[in-house]
Amino acid sequence: MEIRPDNTTDMTVEIAGVRLRNPVITASGTCGYGKEYTPYYMPDKIGAVTVKALTLEPREGNPTPRIAETPSGVLNAIGLQNPGVRYFIKNELPGLKKLNAVVIANIAGATVEEYCAVAEILSETAVDMFEINISCPNVKEGGVAFGTDPRMVERITAQVKRFSSKPVIIKLSPNVTDITVTAKAAEAGGADALSLINTLIGMRFDLNKYRPLLANGTGGLSGPAIFPVALRMVWQTRAAVSLPIIGMGGIATADDAAEMMIAGADAVAVGTAAFMNPRAPVEIAAGLEAFCEKKGHKCVRELSGAAFGLI
Amino acid sequence: MTGKIVLNRRIIPDAHFYEMIIYAPAAAKRAMAGQFIMIKCGGDTALRRPISICVADGPTLRICYEVRGKGTAYMTDMPEGGTLDFIGPIGNGFHYKPNRRALLVGGGIGIYPLISIGVKYKKAVSALLGFRSASLIHYIDVFKSYGIPADVITDDGSSGRRGFVTELLRESLQKGEGDMVYTCGPVQMMAAVAAICEQFGVECEVSMEERMGCGVGACTACVCRTLFTEEGVQRETYKRVCIDGPVFDAREIKWK
Repeated sequence: MEIRPDNTTDMTVEIAGVRLRNPVITASGTCGYGKEYTPYYMPDKIGAVTVKALTLEPREGNPTPRIAETPSGVLNAIGLQNPGVRYFIKNELPGLKKLNAVVIANIAGATVEEYCAVAEILSETAVDMFEINISCPNVKEGGVAFGTDPRMVERITAQVKRFSSKPVIIKLSPNVTDITVTAKAAEAGGADALSLINTLIGMRFDLNKYRPLLANGTGGLSGPAIFPVALRMVWQTRAAVSLPIIGMGGIATADDAAEMMIAGADAVAVGTAAFMNPRAPVEIAAGLEAFCEKKGHKCVRELSGAAFGLI
Repeated sequence: MTGKIVLNRRIIPDAHFYEMIIYAPAAAKRAMAGQFIMIKCGGDTALRRPISICVADGPTLRICYEVRGKGTAYMTDMPEGGTLDFIGPIGNGFHYKPNRRALLVGGGIGIYPLISIGVKYKKAVSALLGFRSASLIHYIDVFKSYGIPADVITDDGSSGRRGFVTELLRESLQKGEGDMVYTCGPVQMMAAVAAICEQFGVECEVSMEERMGCGVGACTACVCRTLFTEEGVQRETYKRVCIDGPVFDAREIKWK
């Protein structure tokens, strides 16, 4: 551990060889391409920015309504609307890198070939890591259809790795019976890290129209409502694989982030919480540092999986 | 950002319409006509509620809202003298066009943001407001207090004329009473207003509504279908109501 003369907590973490200033990352789909939140904080104040999913060609996404509120949660079915990977590289990435952000590109596709093509294109850029989105519940092809079949998870991981010059994070779906099966499949395929959980598939209905609230019918549930599920799955995954884990799902406070790390996460991602508090990622990072100081941790990494040593 | 709630009260007995005045000098100074704010409602809500600004007056913002669900119900309990947590003002608002005469076409709770653009026209403005019935007519006095005369029509004829606000608009345009239209209200009403303006060759701006997530343009939940021309071919694309709108040129909207 490095010597820190000022006696402050060492907040840095390392995920698959990439050093982050602190363990707090933005969750894909909730922070756009990073610049949307610059009126509230600069991306060099957090560990990394995970941008909204990128596909080979622009995607329109789903019809509206795309979002509905649930008790302590949000149900969304955006459907991966994005301007395409080339537009991102030309128009969004340079600004984000100028702000000294560590950038994680979330990659989606309808076929294995599309994932590979996007990874290959992004391998030539300043993006720092890839997060492979095999768990989006709101698209007909790719997405969760890939992420729930362990053979497919292993295959897509191995294929994407062949085309990637950056560390590959596999984003796991919680919509499975046993998340350790897909986690092990990703590990077998050569994943460099895992992120979990994506949203849980859910629904709401309109009591006037007797129709689903979302135009897509089903959507993905996020927000504080899913936090205990996410904790449980990170805990199970930590016990099953040795890959670094980015834990996410309903984190809204620094205490939540600490809990997630204790359950086994090496870093955490904050998503839906930013809708209520745009400064949530930076405030959680600061709160996590205060938590470490209070508990006497010289280094935030001491929290990761701390619960395992005590059971 | 926070502001102090100066007033928070129900407007009329027959509907759950509320008005709130917020002391927030910085936000009030920055506010442009047609913008909105995102309000933290508390409880177990996970999303802020987008509420359009009725008018910025000196150091205060006036907003109006209808109780439609949990968030707006929480808002009714916010005490006067208490603090409001909000983000904004947000979005592209109405554009003031010098030397024109404005017609404000509003329906139901869509009437409120029209005041913000109406005041900019001094005397060269009038409002055409539609309500379902007599007991729901409200805020005519507030329009008047900001120098905006209003014609009212009701769906059921229980007060004044019976019919839709689009009839008033058609008559006004026939008489040449306006050459710039601003509209906000139910989507079918705005689509009809846009079609009439198109017929008369009068420019029209519409304020769109959609279920919203972040309010900063990041999540792309609140999109609406828009038209654009590329290499001579008309195409469609989604735009974000929160930061590309909420106000759009009516010709840009692809109505459902």
